[in-house]
Order: sequence, then structure tokens, then C-alpha cells
Amino acid sequence: MKSKKVAIYGLLIALAFVLSYIESLIPLPIPIYGIKLGLANIVVLVSLYLLGVRQAFALSLVRIILVGFTFGNLSTMMYSVAGGLLSWAMMTIIKKCKLFSMVGVSVIGGVSHNIGQIIVAIFVVDNLYIIYYLPFIIISGVISGILIGILGALCLKRLQTTMNNT
Amino acid sequence: MIRRNDIIMICAVIVVCLLIFFLMSVTKKEGGKLVITVDGQVYDTLDLNIETEYKIKCANGAYNIVVIKDGYADMIEASCPDKLCVSQRKIHYNHETIVCLPNKVVLEVVGSEDNDIDTIAK
Repeated sequence: MKSKKVAIYGLLIALAFVLSYIESLIPLPIPIYGIKLGLANIVVLVSLYLLGVRQAFALSLVRIILVGFTFGNLSTMMYSVAGGLLSWAMMTIIKKCKLFSMVGVSVIGGVSHNIGQIIVAIFVVDNLYIIYYLPFIIISGVISGILIGILGALCLKRLQTTMNNT
Repeated sequence: MIRRNDIIMICAVIVVCLLIFFLMSVTKKEGGKLVITVDGQVYDTLDLNIETEYKIKCANGAYNIVVIKDGYADMIEASCPDKLCVSQRKIHYNHETIVCLPNKVVLEVVGSEDNDIDTIAK
């Protein structure tokens, strides 16, 4: 049982890492900071349902640190940490209240990820007016959240059947 | 897979955003000056009515080049790796910004009216 868990964690972290890399290869369609697909969020979302709240937190943090040191630097990591933690916290709360499906949880995750990043940006450049980008990045968070939610739900269904069969 | 609650929530978020867009476009005013800040400190203030090309020199040899033409300010060159600031739209209206996060450079348009109040206060 224990080795199975280790294997699952390892696979999910590797998957999140690869998805972050793939994401870095995709050019941004709109030149606004914070607009992206958030592919790696599939992993956090799936582990939230498949493994649990604390496990999803650990996965998210490990991914951010790994990706930050590999493809970014400390300053880009700051944005990822703020976005990642806020999105994890919001998704946990929204999942607990059981009002929404995985797509709704994912949308909240995407939107709060972007809000977390813009909060850091406001402190970094020390200018409140970049909050004008907020509606743009919220809508971008909604769109990517819907896509990630649907993909995550499909992944979860398959992973659950595989896990029950082994 | 998608529940009714999800759709309601998604629609609500989008409506709120559109409302903010609408309010922003209704309240926007012509700007008169461009304030350049680097790392939170005011670096320089330029007049949007005077056409110019201006180089912002940041720490460690990083730079951004801003061009003012026809009342619009636009970033045309930058030393940052992502070049997001260069591809951002040119700015003209009050409180519009161009941000270069790696260089911590912010271009912000401020209204000429705000400035008049400042001069009267002085």
C-alpha cells in the first residue's frame, strides 16, 4: 500500500513538472502577465479529489519549487507561490462546500491563482493601478479554469478506475 | 459533469468583469503626462504631447525604451527576457499602464487635470 502511494506521488509530480514545461513552450496569446493555461493545475485538481487536501498542497508546493528552480528564478517563484497557495486554499474551501462540480472548483482555482499573482505584482512594482488588468486576468482564469476542470474530471474518472483495479 | 451552480457562478463572474470593463471605458479620461516608475520610485515624468524617444536605464544594465507619438506612449524595446511590455498596447488614457515586471518598470498615464490641481496647490 505504501509503495503504491509513493509511486502515485512520484508520477503526479513528474506529470505536473512536464506539464509546466510544456506550458512554458506555448507562447502567450495576449501580452498580459498572468494569462496562461495553467496546465499543471490539472494535477493539483486531480490530487485534491484523488488523494486529499494536504496531499494536493504538498504536490503543489513541490511542483512550484521544482519548476521555479529549473525554469525560473526566485522572483518568478514568488508569483507561483502566491498564485499556487491562494488557488489551493480557495479550491479546498469551494470543494468542501460541495456546491460546485470539479469544473466550478477549477474555475475558482484559476481565478484565485491569477488574483494571487496580481497581488504580488502590485507589491513588486509598488503601483496600485496595475489592478486595471484584473478583469482581463479574471476572464482568462475562468476560461482556462473551465478547460482544466473538464480535463481534470476526465483524468480523475480514469485514474479512479485504474486505482480500484490494482 | 458541469452543474447548474457552476454555470451560474461562471456567468456571474463574467458579468461582473464586463461591468468593470464598462465602467472603465465610461470613466476614462484623456491623459496628459506619463509617469515612469522603476522599483516603486518615480524615475521621470514625460509630457504626452511632446514626441520623443526615451531610454529608461535600470540597475544591472537593464533598460527599456519608450516612444511618445501622437499622444500615445509605447514601449518599443526592452532588455527583459519575456518582452511582454513591448507587446502591450500603447497607452493614452488616464491610469492606463504598461508594466515590465522583470525590470520593475511601470509606465502610467496621469491626467492633465490632476496636474492642474497640483500646480494650484503649489
